[in-house]
Amino acid sequence: MESRLVVVGASLGGMAALKVLLQELAPAFTFPIAIVQHRHKDSANQIIEFLQRSTSLIVKEVEDKDQIASGYVYLAPADYHLLIEADHFALSTDDPVFYARPSIDVLFESAADVYRERTIGIILTGANQDGAAGAAAVKACGGVVMVQDPATAQSPVMPEAAIARTSVDEILSLPEIAARLNRLC
Amino acid sequence: MLEIKLCCYLMSVVMSVSQPNLEDIELQLLLEGIYQYYGFDFRNYAVSSLKRRIRKILHAEELATISELQARILHDPDCLKRFLLGITVNVTSMFRDPSFFLAFRQKVIPLLRTYPYIRIWHAGCSEGQEVYSMAILLQEEGLYNRCRIYATDANEIVLQKAKSGIYPLGLMQQYTQLYLQAGGKQSFSEYYTAAYDSAIFRTTLRENIVFSQHNLATDRSFNEFNIILCRNVLIYFDSVLQQRVHQLFHESLCTFGILALGRQESLRLSPFANRYEDLDKREKIYRRLD
Ligand SMILES: C[S@@+](CC[C@H](N)C(=O)[O-])C[C@H]1O[C@@H](n2cnc3c(N)ncnc32)[C@H](O)[C@@H]1O
Repeated sequence: MESRLVVVGASLGGMAALKVLLQELAPAFTFPIAIVQHRHKDSANQIIEFLQRSTSLIVKEVEDKDQIASGYVYLAPADYHLLIEADHFALSTDDPVFYARPSIDVLFESAADVYRERTIGIILTGANQDGAAGAAAVKACGGVVMVQDPATAQSPVMPEAAIARTSVDEILSLPEIAARLNRLC
Repeated sequence: MLEIKLCCYLMSVVMSVSQPNLEDIELQLLLEGIYQYYGFDFRNYAVSSLKRRIRKILHAEELATISELQARILHDPDCLKRFLLGITVNVTSMFRDPSFFLAFRQKVIPLLRTYPYIRIWHAGCSEGQEVYSMAILLQEEGLYNRCRIYATDANEIVLQKAKSGIYPLGLMQQYTQLYLQAGGKQSFSEYYTAAYDSAIFRTTLRENIVFSQHNLATDRSFNEFNIILCRNVLIYFDSVLQQRVHQLFHESLCTFGILALGRQESLRLSPFANRYEDLDKREKIYRRLD
């Protein structure tokens, strides 16, 4: 388990932000990426198709026990929390956190537990507090946290909450986050 | 002096490189202790969500470490009871994933019409909403009289709630929506009577249901079934325990028996995957072949 893992949290305005982020990633980007985008319980699979149009990496909605593999962008399914095990994903229908299931905090905290300093957490646009505790957990394990510059976010609340909660490594625009990821990889 | 320094340095390198995480060790010891002393086997549950829930329990018990929790659980059976309730996820709903129940109506019901007698097993039924949903569906399709439904869960407390068939009245609005999306044919309110804050489901729904305790990690097969539903339970198990349960289900299904899993689950990692065909791939409804 040498690779790093990129975990991304997005809420209100997240689809447009994710599109930019994925478009700017190098086609040969090798770290697996796991995304929690807050969405409605019944939201259909169009979201996968939408994201797939912006990247040559393979976009996949996670099923129980899916391997964490390079070259993939994984999306948390609607109404399930996404968690990280040693080399695969786990799912849970545990209570929502800040009214959210999937929850960004749940993904980030369990990623930090397993990938520790090899975790890269990214908080994007959103109108709630989810992700702040998760970002702090990633930092506590020695991982890297990048936050979308609130001034560039459709909704600044979520990035601001993360910045207030922990000393994040970088506050950047979406293309800058992508460029930084490409360099880390 | 230098030697001591070097030795300390080496120790710290060794500790950080090869030492497994202390919390992981404490967790394994806790689960082993509970298994050996009380017989409840959580040793093959998925670690990530176990840890999350144990942290919640630590918080509620006002304890700092899993080792302290272990001592309390082993010496205080009341603490075990609280642990058992907090350690599993019991979240459920009537007509959870309405598209599943719709597919069941369209693809499974026609197959059942030819059967004189239908045995159904809901494994991991939690507080019973899934079971009453199925009872309603079967009544509306005119098959309920031919059915015997076995509803099991490892957790006695949720089973008690399931037996009572009483749910908060406030949930009925949401359940009505789901019932309609699932292809419901009547008015949902006909199935319960409201009393204060509760919705009490009609006893006729319960006539052919047997609720009993059964642990998928430790108990054996207890009957042969035409249908087994096990939804959103296997996600909490690791792949070793999943394989055990898939073996149990395969043994417990008759030929052409139906297996239904949760929306994000599949037979992909089951050693018996090739013994089933898809009845509805998307809704995770399978049929045993041989
Ligand atoms: C999330 S609920 C699923 C309820 C329902 N099937 C649904 O999909 O809505 C999971 C249930 O599995 C039960 N469970 C956990 N471990 C079990 C085991 N080893 N044997 C039987 N049931 C178990 C829990 O007690 C809980 O009620």
